[in-house]
Amino acid sequence: MTFRQKHLLGIEPLAPDEITTLLDLADHYVSLNRGEHKHSDVLTGRTQINMFFENSTRTQASFEIAGKRLGADVMSMAMQASSIKKGETLIDTALTLNAMHPDLLVVRHPHSGAVNLLAEKVNCAVLNAGDGRHEHPTQALLDALTIRRAKGRLHRLTIAICGDIAHSRVARSNLMLLGKMENRIRLIGPPTLMPARIAEFGVEVYDDMREGLQDADVVMMLRLQRERMDGGFIPSEREYYHRYGLDEEKLSFAKPDAIVMHPGPMNRGVEIDGTLADDINRSVIQEQVEMGVAVRMAAMDLLARNHGGAS
Amino acid sequence: MNILFTNARLIDPQAGTDSAGWLSIEDGIIAATGTGRPPSNHRQIHDCNGKCLAPGIVDIGVKVCEPGERHKESFRTAGLAAAAGGVTTMVTRPDTIPVIDSPETLEFATRRAEAVSPVRIAPMAALTKGRAGREMVEIGFLKDAGAVAFSDCDHVISDTKVFVRCLTYARALGALVMAHPQDPGLSAGAAATSGKFSTLRGLPSVSPMAERLGLERDLALVEMTGARYHADNLSSAASLSAFKRAKEAGLDVTAGVNIHHLTLNELDVGDYKTFFKLKPPLRSEDDRSVMVEAVETGLIDIISSMHTPQDEESKRLPFEEAASGAVALETLLPAAMRLYHSGALDLPALFRAMTLNPANRLGLPQGRLQVGAPADLILFDPDAPFVLDRATLRSKSKNTPFDGARMEGRVLATYVAGRQVFPPQA
Repeated sequence: MTFRQKHLLGIEPLAPDEITTLLDLADHYVSLNRGEHKHSDVLTGRTQINMFFENSTRTQASFEIAGKRLGADVMSMAMQASSIKKGETLIDTALTLNAMHPDLLVVRHPHSGAVNLLAEKVNCAVLNAGDGRHEHPTQALLDALTIRRAKGRLHRLTIAICGDIAHSRVARSNLMLLGKMENRIRLIGPPTLMPARIAEFGVEVYDDMREGLQDADVVMMLRLQRERMDGGFIPSEREYYHRYGLDEEKLSFAKPDAIVMHPGPMNRGVEIDGTLADDINRSVIQEQVEMGVAVRMAAMDLLARNHGGAS
Repeated sequence: MNILFTNARLIDPQAGTDSAGWLSIEDGIIAATGTGRPPSNHRQIHDCNGKCLAPGIVDIGVKVCEPGERHKESFRTAGLAAAAGGVTTMVTRPDTIPVIDSPETLEFATRRAEAVSPVRIAPMAALTKGRAGREMVEIGFLKDAGAVAFSDCDHVISDTKVFVRCLTYARALGALVMAHPQDPGLSAGAAATSGKFSTLRGLPSVSPMAERLGLERDLALVEMTGARYHADNLSSAASLSAFKRAKEAGLDVTAGVNIHHLTLNELDVGDYKTFFKLKPPLRSEDDRSVMVEAVETGLIDIISSMHTPQDEESKRLPFEEAASGAVALETLLPAAMRLYHSGALDLPALFRAMTLNPANRLGLPQGRLQVGAPADLILFDPDAPFVLDRATLRSKSKNTPFDGARMEGRVLATYVAGRQVFPPQA
């Protein structure tokens, strides 16, 4: 069992054996979650605070359920409505909460690096629930667990990630994780939605979706993040759907047993065909949500162990 | 006050020499220099013990934050920092609150500076009122009041018609126009240079091509108007070919680079360290080395500190939200010594870019070891090692990227018009 981290700020600092440790433990929590008695007591007496500086429904709910199942006292704060509005800085907010002795802080923030900054100022374990365009480590871990369970392995797979790579922290964390586990990664999307020098990360870049999907084992669709767009990255939604929306025809270029993933929330008819998303033979989108809870339980469990007693 | 400096290592940027010798000053003016046996009729003799004696630095683009933000820096603290850093002339920026865009505000700044700063001030004024890019300032009155150059600093005058009129009017008066070339559209919202690092960190970024675009536009308008122009903050290889062409075509253009773009690169930002957030953002290592080369060949004329004080609060923020800029009056010389110790540039070349060239460009008599020039001098040890502790900086703001860095090069004494201003005398 190896997991040496004090925080989970990103996939970048994780070693492959740490990723495996976390996924193995998450597998155990999947079984627990499927049983009637979903409770464990590994976080009994611990306090978990969720700070979401950016709107989230599913990630916040997932972290909340994960904490509660492990027996932690969980509090969720909608930070947009709180003192930030009154002009308090991120660091002051962090210090204030730190003084209440939480054991786990789960943070989402619209700016890249904000969670790293916060982690420097507090004593407890910090989990990044998404920072700007930087990282979203628990999403990449839950994707990895989903792939591992569906494909029986997490290496030597051809994985296509399609859509708005430039604005996506999910894409960054995923390409980091899947790269560390030695997979072949393809990024597909219009060049306006590709980040600079992305090819230097050891990935193959395609702007033609059919070419990019050729023989893929896994097709990972990304949300077209309209709220992040300055405007004008793509001509229109319908042209985007025509060229990059996943439908049966485009999917036929991938391997016959390829699985379809999406981190949610989906824009049906923009990046993915609605019927395809619901096809239980191809789509593992619901499993991803299920794995999310288990992965977050595993991450909090491991971090709590590394922090010894309460802070 | 007459002093004879003996046993000195004279760094003469004009002659391009680095040689043993002596230098005497009389009544604030350099009276004589020479090698061999010094004259013996001096009352006050200063034995330099073989340390370097060079002209004081003429630093273009210092932000003093007065008026408006004295909690960040004042003329007194900036002056003390400058004296300790070997900067004997601060060419101050007009991007204060309010903007230095009228003879009255300029006179206020000059008066404040004269009252409290131990080093010289050569003020710049804005080119347009409020740096808003709409109406030109009173270039004539401001020039009479002592403005040495006109610049809207990091605000690009995007209305080319306005900029053309400013350049045309300035040309008639022989006024120097300075700009940070940048395409404002492309660089909007950027916090880093686009590339592998910005992608890894998920930071909004801008291609160095935005600087080239801005520069090409400015150079075309300079060609059209015949104005005197200085691009004061170039940072990328992409800009240099365009600049070289303009210089070779005989336009009256010069270019500067700030010390951080010669000694740091984008990777120094590391884990979102906001003290490394600059404008323009730090570039790739390739760009950095090309810029150093351009100083060596003389394509880039001037090295400056781009001293930009920021308080703790404006830097203790997520990287995208944090303010840009770094204080550098006290670290300019030791940072420049990195280029000397690495063998990239010799001392006369460095001092040519930090003293002679800026003085010449602004029409100032200092910045040289010439008989008859003002005795603005620094005595320094290029090899003295130290670890920089930002708490020891004299600037009110401590936002230096060199905190904790091992540096070499210490100023031992600074003289302005023959008077020792550092270390301060009782």
